[in-house]
Amino acid sequence: MAATEKLPVTGAGPFNAVLTWIDQRFPLVSTWKEHLAEYYAPRNFNFWYYFGSLALLVLVIQIVTGIFLTMNYKPDASLAFASVEFIMREVPWGWLVRYMHSTGASAFFICVYLHMFRGLLYGSYRKPRELLWIFGMFIFLCLMAEAFFGYLLPWGQMSYWGAQVIVNLFAAIPFIGPDLAIWIRGDYVISDATLNRFFAFHVIAIPLVLLGLVAVHLLALHEVGSNNPDGIEIKKNKDPKTGIPLDGIPFHPYYTVKDIFGVSVFLLVFAVIVFFAPEVGGYFLEYNNFIPADPLKTPQHIAPVWYFTPYYSILRANTVNFFWVDAKVWGVIAMGVSVMIFFLLPWLDRSPAKSIRYRGPIYKAALAVFVVCFLILGYLGTETVTEGRTLMAQVCTVVYFLFFILMPWYTAIDKCKPEPERVTK
Amino acid sequence: MMKQLQGMPAPLRLLASLAAAAVLAAPLAVRASESEARLESAPIDVRDVASLQSGARTFVNYCLNCHSASLMRYNRLRDLDLTDRQIVDNLMFSATKVGEMMNIAMTRKDAAAWFGPAPDLSVIARSRGADWLWSYMRGFYRDPKSPTGWNNTVFPGVGMPNVLWQMQGQRVLKEEVEKDASGREVKDEHGGVAKATKFETVVPGTLAPPEFDAQVRDLVNFMTWMADPHQVLRKQVGVWVLFFLAVLVALSYALYKEYWKDVH
Repeated sequence: MAATEKLPVTGAGPFNAVLTWIDQRFPLVSTWKEHLAEYYAPRNFNFWYYFGSLALLVLVIQIVTGIFLTMNYKPDASLAFASVEFIMREVPWGWLVRYMHSTGASAFFICVYLHMFRGLLYGSYRKPRELLWIFGMFIFLCLMAEAFFGYLLPWGQMSYWGAQVIVNLFAAIPFIGPDLAIWIRGDYVISDATLNRFFAFHVIAIPLVLLGLVAVHLLALHEVGSNNPDGIEIKKNKDPKTGIPLDGIPFHPYYTVKDIFGVSVFLLVFAVIVFFAPEVGGYFLEYNNFIPADPLKTPQHIAPVWYFTPYYSILRANTVNFFWVDAKVWGVIAMGVSVMIFFLLPWLDRSPAKSIRYRGPIYKAALAVFVVCFLILGYLGTETVTEGRTLMAQVCTVVYFLFFILMPWYTAIDKCKPEPERVTK
Repeated sequence: MMKQLQGMPAPLRLLASLAAAAVLAAPLAVRASESEARLESAPIDVRDVASLQSGARTFVNYCLNCHSASLMRYNRLRDLDLTDRQIVDNLMFSATKVGEMMNIAMTRKDAAAWFGPAPDLSVIARSRGADWLWSYMRGFYRDPKSPTGWNNTVFPGVGMPNVLWQMQGQRVLKEEVEKDASGREVKDEHGGVAKATKFETVVPGTLAPPEFDAQVRDLVNFMTWMADPHQVLRKQVGVWVLFFLAVLVALSYALYKEYWKDVH
């Protein structure tokens, strides 16, 4: 029997006996070692490496606050708006739970965007981390779906008309579009039926998938090991006796204490928003969403929440009917491709160096221009359309796609510096 | 700028240069061109309990006949240092119990048929903003072309008449050529003659203009408080939370540095 061959747990004082009992029936010690105490992470993580653990923290915040919100929320078109305000006004500390959830939604995207940007900086998607990156991209897609479904639930004007605009995008798909849109809504317009199914997706379906994806994302990470700001593999230089990477340190306690510090700073910023400016000037909570949904009154200016605005800009930037296909269809295609194209990054990048530290000037410039375009698209998505803004969005959309399409070429000709043998600092 | 950047650690330097690039590019992204009615900043303070009490009185007397505030409980007014007795005696006209919501007798359907839709005012200050309410309540003027005889500079063609007209009096709108200090005509941005609109009181009200403004200020203050009744508590709690987290940041930083001594 394998269980009896395990050594008893030592070093846990009075808990040795109970931990030994558990360990003989469950891979407790080996899991602890594999994922924390003997998971060797590069010792040179910098600022950008906080956002993975912070995203995990926000996920926990969203799940816990979400459970408490569900206790008083009513997924019913005639009650939903008032039930959210009931939570804000009548439920003890309900306002805190709701503001944490609404701020958490934006915080999730901030963490994930910075986490992805870290990947672009240091080539974290490159071999052998392609699958890790793909799991991460699926998490990002789930997060977008989760945010979209959740945004309908307060049943305000922006909830309603935002959902109307997005579901109508599916109606643009040739042949099956109109039927598909009705199938998604469960009605001819956004209605009680839509609210109920979006609630189901928001509280059960997507979070379940999200949790599974986070688990495989972490498993894949621990299989290949973490990348680092130098973009070199620490597993290439191991101590001949112990087999431990020379530039690696145990995740626990070194990165657990470092991440506790990161979490404290994050919570400080989070608390400033939750307690002093939960609306963030209409960016985290849109002003129009304090008006109950009215299917008969279209707001003059429909803007998605800030985290979707870059893609919304790309959607609106297409104004020409290429090849006799409607401009709206091209907009939908461009928006879809603008998100999906990130999946291809591991195969588009041909640079000999992974990290931006050893890459040539072309990639540095390309990444900077890409980020600026992304931010401008994000800004334009919050504004109404004018001729000048559409032109600006078109230019930025083209640059956005060129960053990816030309990548195999410009990363191959870029003059990279030689990578070091060992991590620096 | 460049010199400052060189002093920073590499990732922050990158972030700073990206932010700088975005800021420099932002003006290219075309300025907002839509001309909205200029709103005046509302001089409110949601911690001023006397002002909130006065605003509550105006609200239940003048607003709560056509508009409901169905998410607002009467006895939440206890937060404004009022007793249940005071609320029932002075502020409750259509409800029977102090735990009821601020509903009105008129149904939404009838209201819509008689006057056009009168929105619920519970959270109106969150969608419109205090500045809008402040400017709107002070923007009414007599207009014989409108069905109610009233119009508004902030909300042209509004269905609501000036319910505070007895206090404010009746005013008309006069267009006037704008002149600077030396008496010359001011040009607008298109080179035409700039015209300023000015209110002219035709029939004075029961209150002098400063008193009327104080009354509206209290009303807007109350509506802003009512839209988020925990906002004062929220900020008070927030100060303590930040204090706790600042200590946590300091301690966790010390712990992190202590552990990491043996890494470098």
